[in-house]
Amino acid sequence: MEKIFGDYIEEFSPELDSLEMTFSPSTRSIQKRWSNNRLSAQFVADYFSAFLPTNEDPQNCDRRIKESKSAVSYVANELLENAMKFSDRTSKFKVRFGVYFLEDDPEKNSQITAVIYATNSTTPENAEKFQRFLTQLLASDPEEFYVTQVEQSLEEDSEASGLGFLTMINDYSAKLGWKFDTINAEPQILTVSSMAQITV
Amino acid sequence: MAIEEIKGTDYTVQYDPDSTTVDFAGLLSLGGAKEYAPITDLLNKIIDQQPEQMTLDLRKLEFLNSSGISMLSKFVLGLRKKKGTQLVILGSDEMPWQGKSLKNLQKFLPSLKLEIQ
Repeated sequence: MEKIFGDYIEEFSPELDSLEMTFSPSTRSIQKRWSNNRLSAQFVADYFSAFLPTNEDPQNCDRRIKESKSAVSYVANELLENAMKFSDRTSKFKVRFGVYFLEDDPEKNSQITAVIYATNSTTPENAEKFQRFLTQLLASDPEEFYVTQVEQSLEEDSEASGLGFLTMINDYSAKLGWKFDTINAEPQILTVSSMAQITV
Repeated sequence: MAIEEIKGTDYTVQYDPDSTTVDFAGLLSLGGAKEYAPITDLLNKIIDQQPEQMTLDLRKLEFLNSSGISMLSKFVLGLRKKKGTQLVILGSDEMPWQGKSLKNLQKFLPSLKLEIQ
């Protein structure tokens, strides 16, 4: 079973530059090394900034680098946090996390899109729950949905869910997509990949 | 209340009762609501004393994950029902995330004074 939601790129041209990291999400590593998520995200952001054009005037350029680093590190951290949090730890499937760099027009050095993704294993129950949430998310007005989620969390005294994705869309104009895949039939192992495209 | 401080490897949150200001500094990316609870408790404890004004100074906060944004959003939304305290949030133009994410807080509390310097 393969299922796609939103804007998901399945194949990348082989000549594109990319960077990928893998993590074993044991319970111990998740708790003890939680801040590693942010460190990995910041590393990806630093690496990405090296691809930005430097032919603008220096002041603009500094600002652009700063803004794009901030955007990439935020989005990458959210995707990685989710993958670590929700991965099915009984499956021994490693979390994969990475980034591709898409250049609009290499001649002009104009815009670059960072395509950041994270893949984790999941149980059939969690996959179904997540798909229901995604259907709701994709049909919503994300600004309103954000407010609803926070209001609900206050009423229920819980943590607002989906705010990571909602802030990526609302604050960073990210295009999001997801792919669900069955990689093993018996026992059933499912994976979910979340992908965010942000143009800087 | 005396000066209170919550400190992690990469961040500090410090309350100065004289100015009813909570200073946030560093990088905050805790795992979820449970991990943010000490900060939430501190903010609520200050509000319970009904100060005229309360300031959250975020100018030195370089990074905040969505769980942290969720914590702030919930706190700000909760103030709608607790009138009497003017909330001020200070942000910095030097921290790109703040210009993008802090404006959302005003939707929850229109009386919020948001100053991005």
